[in-house]
This record gives sequence, C-alpha cells and structure tokens, in this order.
Amino acid sequence: MDALLHQVLAGLATGGIYASMALALVMIYQATHLVNFAQGELAMFSTYIAWSLIEAGMPYWAAFFLTVGFSFVLGVVIERVVIRPVEHAPVLAVVVVFIALLVILNSVTGWIYTFTIKTFPSPFPEQPLFGNKYMSSHEIGAICVTMVVLVLLYAFFRYTPLGLAMRAAAQNPESSRLVGIRVGWMLALGWGLAAAIGSVAGMMVAPIVFLDPNMMGGVLLYAFAAALIGGIDSPGGAVFGGFLVGVLENVLGAFVIGNELKLAVALVLIIGVLTVRPSGFFGKVHVTRV
Amino acid sequence: MKKSALIGYAVLLAIACALPFLVSEYRTFQFTLVLVYSIALLGLNILTGYNGQISLGHGAFYAIGAYVAAILMDKAGFPYWATIPLAGAVCLVAGFLFGLPALRLEGLYLALATFALGVSLPQLLKYHHLEGWTGGVQGIVITKPDAPEFLASLGLTLNQDQWLYFFTLAVTLVMFLLAWNLLRGRIGRAMMAIRDNHVAAEAMGVNNAMVKSLTFGVSAMFTGVAGALGAIAIQFVAPDSFNIFLSLTFLIGMVIGGVASISGALYGALFIQFVPNVADEISKAAPWAIFGLFLLGFTYLMPLGIAGAIRMGLARLTRKAHNSQPVENMIRPHSPKEENP
Repeated sequence: MDALLHQVLAGLATGGIYASMALALVMIYQATHLVNFAQGELAMFSTYIAWSLIEAGMPYWAAFFLTVGFSFVLGVVIERVVIRPVEHAPVLAVVVVFIALLVILNSVTGWIYTFTIKTFPSPFPEQPLFGNKYMSSHEIGAICVTMVVLVLLYAFFRYTPLGLAMRAAAQNPESSRLVGIRVGWMLALGWGLAAAIGSVAGMMVAPIVFLDPNMMGGVLLYAFAAALIGGIDSPGGAVFGGFLVGVLENVLGAFVIGNELKLAVALVLIIGVLTVRPSGFFGKVHVTRV
Repeated sequence: MKKSALIGYAVLLAIACALPFLVSEYRTFQFTLVLVYSIALLGLNILTGYNGQISLGHGAFYAIGAYVAAILMDKAGFPYWATIPLAGAVCLVAGFLFGLPALRLEGLYLALATFALGVSLPQLLKYHHLEGWTGGVQGIVITKPDAPEFLASLGLTLNQDQWLYFFTLAVTLVMFLLAWNLLRGRIGRAMMAIRDNHVAAEAMGVNNAMVKSLTFGVSAMFTGVAGALGAIAIQFVAPDSFNIFLSLTFLIGMVIGGVASISGALYGALFIQFVPNVADEISKAAPWAIFGLFLLGFTYLMPLGIAGAIRMGLARLTRKAHNSQPVENMIRPHSPKEENP
C-alpha cells in the first residue's frame, strides 16, 4: 500500500510536467489547429539557455524568468518566419516543417552544447518538505509551478482583453478580423505563450531526467497522450490528462508491465484515445460537413 | 512507355551493373544501402505520397523486417534470400493491422499515432521477455553471405560486397516494377482518388477502408523488405539503430526525392546516404541541421522534390525542342506569323 501511494505521488509529480507540456500543445492547437511536433525540442532548447545562464553565475529565479521571456520571443519569431508561409498549405507540408524544426533544434543544441548529459539544478531544497517520506520537494515544487501556470493562463484568457482577442481569433478568424483583431499576430502570440509554457516544463523536468538534447522525446509523447485524453482543445483537460498519464505511467510501470515498456503505455493511450474517443474527456466533438 | 524513356532505363541499369567494378568495396556497400533505402522510401511514398496517409513511424516496419530476417537467419538457420519474402509477408500483416485503427485517424492525428509508434519501438525491441528472440540491447549479429558457387564456375568471381550489391539490385528492380505496376492500375488510381477527395472516391465505388488498410500493408511490406536487406548488408540489428530518427530520415528522403514519385525514391535514397557523409566532416550534429534546412527549403521552394524539379526541367526542354519544329505551325493554323501581316 505504501509503495502504491509512493508511486501515485511520484506519478503526480511527473504528471505535472506532462501537464505543462500538454498545455503548451493545447495552446498551439487552439490558436492554429496544428499539433506541434517540435514542442519538446523547443522546451529542451530553452532549458539549455537556462543552463547557460545559471552556469554564467545568474541566480536561479532570474535565469528562470529570463528564459521564459526568451522562449516567448523565440516562439513568436518561429511562427512569423517558419510557420507563416505554410499556414494554408496541405497537412503534409505542415508536418514536414515541424519535423524540420525538430531536427534543427535538436542538432543545433547538440552542436553548441555537445551530446554529453548535464545536471540541471533544482530551485527547491534538497530535504523533503515537512519531513514527509513520499515526495521530494522538487516534485512538490513542480506540481505547484504547474498549478501557478494553469491559474495564470486561466486568468489571462478569462479576464484580459488580449486573452479574449486570442480566443476570438482562434474560434472565428474572419469575424475577429472584421472587428479589428490582428489575427496573424494572435497566432504568433499563441506560439510565444506555448514556447514559454514549454520552457517552464523543460526546466522542471531537467533535474529529474538530466539535460541532454534527446531528453524531451519521451516527455513529448506523454504530453501528446495527456493532451489527447483531456481533449486536444481543452486546457483544463490537458492538465487532468497530464496527471492521469503521469500516475498511470508510474503505477503500470512499477506493478504491471515493468519500467521497460513505459513508452508503450503512451503509444497505447494515444492510439486508444484517438480511435475510441477522438475528442477526449473534455474536448468538443467536431462534426465536419461533407 | 516511350522509346527514349526505355533507353534511359537501360543506360541506368547498365551503370548500376558496372558500378561495383568501378568503385571501392566500401563504396559498393554504400550503394547497396542506397538501393535498400530506395525500397523503403518507395514504401513510404506509396502510403504518404500516393494515398495521403502520413507516417512518421515507418522505421518501425523497417525494424520489423530487419528483425524477422535476423531472427530467421540466426535462430532458425534460414538462408539469407529466403528471409526477404518472409520479412515482407510479416510486415504486410503488421502494416495491415496497424492500418485498421489508422482508418479512423486523419492527417495530423495519423502522423501523431505513427510518431508514437516510432518513438516507442526501441523500447519494445528491448523488452526482456522477448530477449530470447531479439537479443535485447545487444541485438543480433548476422554473417555476410558469400557469392553462390555457380558464379565462380562461370568464371565470375565476386566478393561479398559485390554479390550483396547485385542481390539487392535484383530485389530493388522487382520491387520497383511491382510498385510501378500497382500504381498505374486500378488500385493505384483508387489510392490517389482517396488522397485527393475521399468522399468522391467513396461515391465512385472505391472501398475506402479496404484500400487504405491494404495500402498500409503494402507500404509496410516494401519497407520491411528493405529492412531485411539492410540487416543482411549491415550484418547487425540492435534496438537503438531503429529510433525515431530513422523514421524521420525516411520522411526526409521522401520529401527531398519527391512526394508521389517512383523515381523520387532513388534520389531521396542517394540524398540520405551521401549528404550525411559530407556533412559529418563539419560536425557530428551537422547532418541533421543540414537535413532540417533542406527540408524547410524544399517545402517552401520545391514542394515536388528533386523528381518534380527534373520533370519540370525536362518538360521545359522538350517543349522548346518541339517549338522549333515546323510541324507545330501546321497543327496550329493561327500562328503568330499569319496574324501579323
């Protein structure tokens, strides 16, 4: 029982990280109806930036916020320069561009920082909080950070004019354009936000999986599964999905199928959700007219 | 087929046959891999280019083909040539089965599901309950086949690399002929109709579900045959050589060579085999950066790939040649000369 509780709690901690990655995916999906295959590598690249800043002697939280800002700008620039030309292109062209982004970010990072594994500091204390024996303070901290991001996002979309404009641009671009919303820039903003959220996820996961250019491959897969379970157009659903996938992965990995097949859990979840209930738990069911 | 095209293919085949006698053993091995990749790219192109189903996980079928060949040779003592059709058959079934749930997925979602397949495959291959078959992380080592005896008695001595090259060339020819025959016929047209407008295809009486899952199977079969040949050529299979980047390499080869083009498979294979070699001299990470830049460049500037560019160039050249002939004026009575007195 004790072991199960431990696995569930550890699952919640990694689930928080999957949840933030899933949130980033949902952000881009909401703005552009695209699934960003390069999201993981974008987060990985941001994490390396944070690592350089910390190595250069900057305090952790300063580096943290600077990285988030930098990632936001990077996301906006990528949307403007790389994604915009294929906005109305066929799906294959879009997927190819995402894959190109993925391999470029991966190899450029490897080129600059080499492929050797690095350790990444955690901002939270070494000792477990309140003397509990189940979760390290980094795990608790990661969950809290995810929650803060979620609340901030909710507040942004619910209470600010800019958030309203972004939601409008995603839902009905034509009408939004008529009332004076700059739809193109809203999409770029969506990319920027997604990249910023991704960078938070990257910095939270790096102390656990260590820093290397391929660190986000598995995380991205779990995030896909999380986003799909929650419904790819539902931010709340993505967070729920993230925690669910984290717990499932840990519990199944520990007691049922063994650690070796953890990624297969994600594969089965993705294919299962897509075939049985493509809109997820909280997503809208889409009906297309022939 | 036009006479000029036939002559072109004959010349190409003659060059392909002469190649192993002109270059070093290592280059021969590299050209063998080019042929192997061209079959794999052809398989992916049948699915993605001709049928519009995007796959980012074709490395999985390549791996299955490679493992089937390796296990049959290592554990069951099969001769190398007998493993090729079996690997193809296993992949045909595997592809068909994966194609069934894939029927419900379109575009981006299929890309996502196949991406997941590609990422999780190395873990499945390492699974310790299968270790007795797959050799776990260590993989399986295979011996390279010798040239058959009867060739030597005919006075033709080939070393192992040269023999393997010719064996692969023969298989490649068969596979390309199969693909060409499949794509120009009824089923090929049905595949393209589904890609262009699946509702209209259904209305015309095409059994979408059957054609799509069969296409998945056939595509996987091609890639599986390539995997088996690749395993025999490299003499080694291990889980980590079949990671997601292998699948992405195939996607890159297909896009650069030319989407929905049979000859594009060959250009793409040459690209993914030789460009990394050149780029490796700059940095270990450089090949993928260059792959990525090429991908972006081709998507924006040359969406039909090398094959498309060649086709356009040829069309332009031949049109010019026709224009200079006087026959053209006879076909079009209102030539500009008559209009301007």
